[in-house]
Amino acid sequence: MNMLTRRSLIAVTASLVFAGHAFAQDKSIVVASTTSTQDSGLFGHILPMFKAKTGIDVKVVAQGTGQALDTARRGDADVVFVHAKPAEEKFLAEGFGVKRYPVMYNDFILIGPKADPAGIKGSRDIVAALSAIKTKGADFISRGDKSGTHQAELNLWKVAGIDIAKDKGPWYKEIGQGMGAALNTASASNAYVLADRGTWLSFKNRNELGIAVEGDKRLFNQYGVMLVNPAKHPSVKKDLGQQFIDWLVSSEGQKAIADYKINGEQLFYPNASDSGA
Amino acid sequence: MLQDVTALQLVLSGDPALFAIVRLSLYVSFSAVVLAALIGIPLGAWIALTKFPGRQGVIVMLNALMGLPPVVVGLAVYLTLSRSGPLGAFGLLFTPPAMIIAQTVLVTPIIAALTRQTIEDLWIEYRDELTAMNLGPLGRVAALIWDARFSLVTALLAGFGRAAAEVGAIIIVGGNIEGFTRTMTTAIALETSKGDLPLAVGLGLVLIAIVIAVNALAWTARRAGERLAG
Amino acid sequence: MRAPSEELPIVFDGVTVAAGPVTILDGISLTLLPGSPTVLIGPNGSGKSTLLRMAMGLLAPTRGRVTWGGRENVPPLKRAIVFQRPAMLRRSAAANIRFALRAASIARAEHARRTSELLELVGLAHLADRAARRLSGGEQQRLALARALARDPAVLFLDEPTASLDPVATKAVEDIIRAVSERNIKVVMATHDLGEARRLAGDIVMLHRGRIVETGASASFFDRPQTAEAKTFLAGELLV
Repeated sequence: MNMLTRRSLIAVTASLVFAGHAFAQDKSIVVASTTSTQDSGLFGHILPMFKAKTGIDVKVVAQGTGQALDTARRGDADVVFVHAKPAEEKFLAEGFGVKRYPVMYNDFILIGPKADPAGIKGSRDIVAALSAIKTKGADFISRGDKSGTHQAELNLWKVAGIDIAKDKGPWYKEIGQGMGAALNTASASNAYVLADRGTWLSFKNRNELGIAVEGDKRLFNQYGVMLVNPAKHPSVKKDLGQQFIDWLVSSEGQKAIADYKINGEQLFYPNASDSGA
Repeated sequence: MLQDVTALQLVLSGDPALFAIVRLSLYVSFSAVVLAALIGIPLGAWIALTKFPGRQGVIVMLNALMGLPPVVVGLAVYLTLSRSGPLGAFGLLFTPPAMIIAQTVLVTPIIAALTRQTIEDLWIEYRDELTAMNLGPLGRVAALIWDARFSLVTALLAGFGRAAAEVGAIIIVGGNIEGFTRTMTTAIALETSKGDLPLAVGLGLVLIAIVIAVNALAWTARRAGERLAG
Repeated sequence: MRAPSEELPIVFDGVTVAAGPVTILDGISLTLLPGSPTVLIGPNGSGKSTLLRMAMGLLAPTRGRVTWGGRENVPPLKRAIVFQRPAMLRRSAAANIRFALRAASIARAEHARRTSELLELVGLAHLADRAARRLSGGEQQRLALARALARDPAVLFLDEPTASLDPVATKAVEDIIRAVSERNIKVVMATHDLGEARRLAGDIVMLHRGRIVETGASASFFDRPQTAEAKTFLAGELLV
């Protein structure tokens, strides 16, 4: 038994020493992306197709947009795939990204309880809806995590003429967590919450929640993809990463994105050809 | 991958993705416990047997470190292993070895502190005999560790329980990458955030069952060993 | 078994041991010579155990000095001790003896033979594989003796070897002590049991309050005690 223990100790130690090496050797890239793309199931749909075509494993680390960009800034990802255009442009301007490619869009929706305490259900005006929530002091859950959704939410308050940092009351709760956690919290406390449609469609713990506001073009949600700049971080696998980006914006990748549906409903709309997006 | 099915169905149908997750969880946590034991047992024994200035402070510190917040450890390991960190060149972030390192950091103080207590108690009992046998420091440590082996198994189990249950550290340094660094706990966190609470609970039950099975095995082995060696 | 010249005589020269304000041994001068067993007697707290530990080399004197065969600081390679409450290692009886053989750097090829000889000597051969800590008190005491003898000592110190044993177990242990002494191993033993001292001792050292009050050959000590303390002690009255 002694011998056996010793042998297994050696084996574990050795495997640890060599593991890093082995993992670095295989054909794979790390993509820092958002919880919305992962939680909606999009990656589960498109990555196997990409793997089948190129043999490249895409390892997705799902974080908020802000955190994903920071991960890329540290050189811990090869590609970032996020949805907050101003933050992405800042990332590019700092020299951390090579080029930004628009990939697809979906939209944000305002989720709220069936009882609708703010009286906004069915509205197509997100700005009026947010003003009503504030006026009525209806419970509102904010991501509070610098994610793309959080940044979009902050921007909408601004458009509504509300300085949320100053005007927030006990009705406004920042949870500092991902989309799913925010929906779970809203579901448990019958609050309003801004969500991306993809995560909402695949979210199961809805209870009393439903869509309150949708269809306002200010709720537009654009996704972009960037290769992390190899000049900043030589460890970036630029060829494999660029292959992934090229595939995403190719007609084949765009079709794969369009084909992803939950209950017959399309979640993301490819728009790589729209250079202004 | 894990949609619209309960965890029980996954287990019964032998879902390969679920087994990969379970296998990775066990691999990471066992490796961490083995490494933590290699560090923590000699360290704890050394503190138990050595007088040095500030020893009381070290013991208080060690006991406090048993409650290290996993998130803090995860963050520290993340910053160390990041490409921009001191060990970035090894490219270990978002790999299973990164998770093993983080859990080793979490578990080592537990094993070292419990070893220190166990060995010190045993040393009080054995001191006269071992000194009279003119045993050197290494011989003493070896004898004490061997004779404390059954109590040390409990320390290892405490470490394993801690490692297998934590999510805060490995989700930061592992990245919860499907098929690569997704473990039982990070999968549970993910399913919870997707709002799939029944599946999350099911996975949780599988995790608890595994922890109980590991403890039961160790307990049986300990009982059998104690019958032979007292 | 061997010429005990390296260890003996053990000479105490004006030895005092103090723990803080308490004096445990006070100006002890004593020579332990080869030959029949020397038995330390005296009431509890008289310093018998401390004297044994010092002779074993486990304790250093506060003042004075101890020499073994004329030298100071001789490592206890050829000395062994059985404590009043021996700690059994958490292993089998045989493994306890093998551990002592290993600690004494005895060639591995010898271990199996020596282990069975020693177990035979103390009458525990049938319990070789039993966990040592599950043995009875008497069996543990005998195993501790075997473990001490595994070191192949020239001098064997025994601290109250039968203190908590019933008469049958006591007789078994005393028989082993006699056998050991016949093998030319010097036995130095502490006891507060006068009957045992009478049965085993070649000579007697009586301690009281950390001082030697009387020494002498066993027969003369028991027949003609010289000091008031010895007379009181032998009369079975309380000596405080």
